[in-house]
Amino acid sequence: MYSVILATASRYLLILLLMFSVFLLLRGHNEPGGGFTGGLVAAAAYALYFIANGIDAARTIVRFDPLRIMAAGLLIAIASTFPSLVAGNPFMTGVWINTGIPLIGKVGSPLLFDLGVYFLVLGIALTIIFSLAEEDRL
Amino acid sequence: MSRIIMLPILLPLCTAVVMIFFRRLVVLHRFLNVAGTALMLGVSLVMLGNVQSGGILSLQIGGWQAPFGISLVADMLSSIMVVATALIGFTTALYSLGTIDKDKEHFFYHPLLQLLLMGINGAFLTGDIFNLYVWFEVMLISSFVLLVLGGKPEQLEGAMKYVTLNLLSSSIFLAAVGILYGIAGTLNMADLAVRIPMLGHKDLLSVVAVLFMITFGIKAAIFPLFFWLPASYHTPPVAVSAIFAGLLTKVGVYAIMRMFTTVLIHEEAALIHQLLLVLSAFTMVVGVLGAVAQYDMRKLLSFHIISQIGYMIFALAIQSPLAIAGALFYIVHNIVAKTNLFYISGLVNRLKGSWDLRRIGGVYRFYPMLGVLFLVPALGLAGIPPLSGFWAKFVVIKAGIDSEHYLLVGIALFVSMLTLYSMIKIWNEAFWKDDPRGEGSVEDEGYLLISSMKKVAMVVPIVILGSVTVVFGFWFEPFFVIVQSAAVELLDQGNYIQAVLGERP
Repeated sequence: MYSVILATASRYLLILLLMFSVFLLLRGHNEPGGGFTGGLVAAAAYALYFIANGIDAARTIVRFDPLRIMAAGLLIAIASTFPSLVAGNPFMTGVWINTGIPLIGKVGSPLLFDLGVYFLVLGIALTIIFSLAEEDRL
Repeated sequence: MSRIIMLPILLPLCTAVVMIFFRRLVVLHRFLNVAGTALMLGVSLVMLGNVQSGGILSLQIGGWQAPFGISLVADMLSSIMVVATALIGFTTALYSLGTIDKDKEHFFYHPLLQLLLMGINGAFLTGDIFNLYVWFEVMLISSFVLLVLGGKPEQLEGAMKYVTLNLLSSSIFLAAVGILYGIAGTLNMADLAVRIPMLGHKDLLSVVAVLFMITFGIKAAIFPLFFWLPASYHTPPVAVSAIFAGLLTKVGVYAIMRMFTTVLIHEEAALIHQLLLVLSAFTMVVGVLGAVAQYDMRKLLSFHIISQIGYMIFALAIQSPLAIAGALFYIVHNIVAKTNLFYISGLVNRLKGSWDLRRIGGVYRFYPMLGVLFLVPALGLAGIPPLSGFWAKFVVIKAGIDSEHYLLVGIALFVSMLTLYSMIKIWNEAFWKDDPRGEGSVEDEGYLLISSMKKVAMVVPIVILGSVTVVFGFWFEPFFVIVQSAAVELLDQGNYIQAVLGERP
């Protein structure tokens, strides 16, 4: 069923929800949020777009193969552990750099790990949603 | 230095992720699978060397100190198990090149194999019970997918039983972990070992111990809990059967070993050891009787796994240093011989087109060398000197006699005879007798159709594992020294606790 209102709204909602998901990702360090929730919200944004515009439109707008997104997320998460190895600390110890820039403050490897989780969750959720959607078509 | 503990876990994860990223490049998958497992074998040998010379290694993840963060610990026991895992991983990666078809490779066969190895290594190396649960899950989820890869009806049927019973065991595990945490307030194995003697709740601890025994008993397939194993292990591709047969049940045995010699070591453990003694007898007998009755090669070998687990449990339950060393040697010998037998059964199936012993025959006549390669692990498993199984059984039975469990020793010897009988049965039916379908059909259908690269990929793992069995047999002494030091180390919890918590209790 095609709804003009939902289709039009979903275009704007997609951007808003994606921004919200990034907000959740960044907020996650000290407050509720983080890579997992952020990734789920981002996946929900695409799911809404798919419900409004159909699976083909959704696949075009995601551009990457969801499995690739998932693998990229895992790679980022693994990469986030390398600073601790270079610094000679126990595995997965957080490494922090103080940028001194107001608002940004300290940036560290846990953020990178969270980013990895974000893409991992996004990739998995999209893989599940898309394969269910395509099964429906068969 | 102790960061090397991370590598057996991190390596397979990295290779798996790279494989998923380049999902269409199956050639890369194959290469990474073999190279990754070869590297893992190298790393694990280095780790074993380090642990042997420098004592127990421990690593606190993220720099969080021991009872609060997650500890990874590599003592002799863990290191030996990781070496065995890497060896089986490497040979299975090779064997897969010859036996796994393109379809399965496109559906992530190789990454799943790596993730399975990651789960197994993680389970061996963790020093935290909840983390052990997590690694069990990593291992099980990969094994679920590997089991149904290909989607044949009998695979799905086997997988149903496997998944159901393993989920049940996982939930029991989780319940036990919850109760233990409620009593002790910690799940770090070393910290538990310190605290449990000081706790009240003796009755609750016994409950926890029994729950742990049930859950690990399901994973290890000991007597009343083994039904999922012969129902599922004969269904997946043979490379998968082989790695499951070699490694998965032994993770359960390892967990029993760890839990009742490092963590729960007082009244609870005495109760468990009594129970295990009785169960080991049943496990040995029921397993081997099941095997004798089978005509499907893989089902026969699957029942054998159970019977062999009985020996390990028997040795574990005796709990003297000699018995623990024997159990450990038995585990390693069995991992090697059992996996090898599955490889060979796969090759025989390729040659003759059937798993059913009644319908095939005449392998020895055309491939005498394969007959020799079969006899090495088969006689090794049965315990014919000078192969590895002889020493394994000798040590276990010696420990049994020393501790005056004469009835159990008798049963173990009797089961040995039946083991030999069932191995001879495979030999007679598949190798010795003439092919019941006549000789003409023999040559053209199997071996000639396989490309020469694939032949190499299938035969080399068999030769590698066969030579390991022979080497264990002829140069028993140095290996036994290693497992003996592992047993002594395991029975003295002080070293373990000191390595993790940094203080003597």
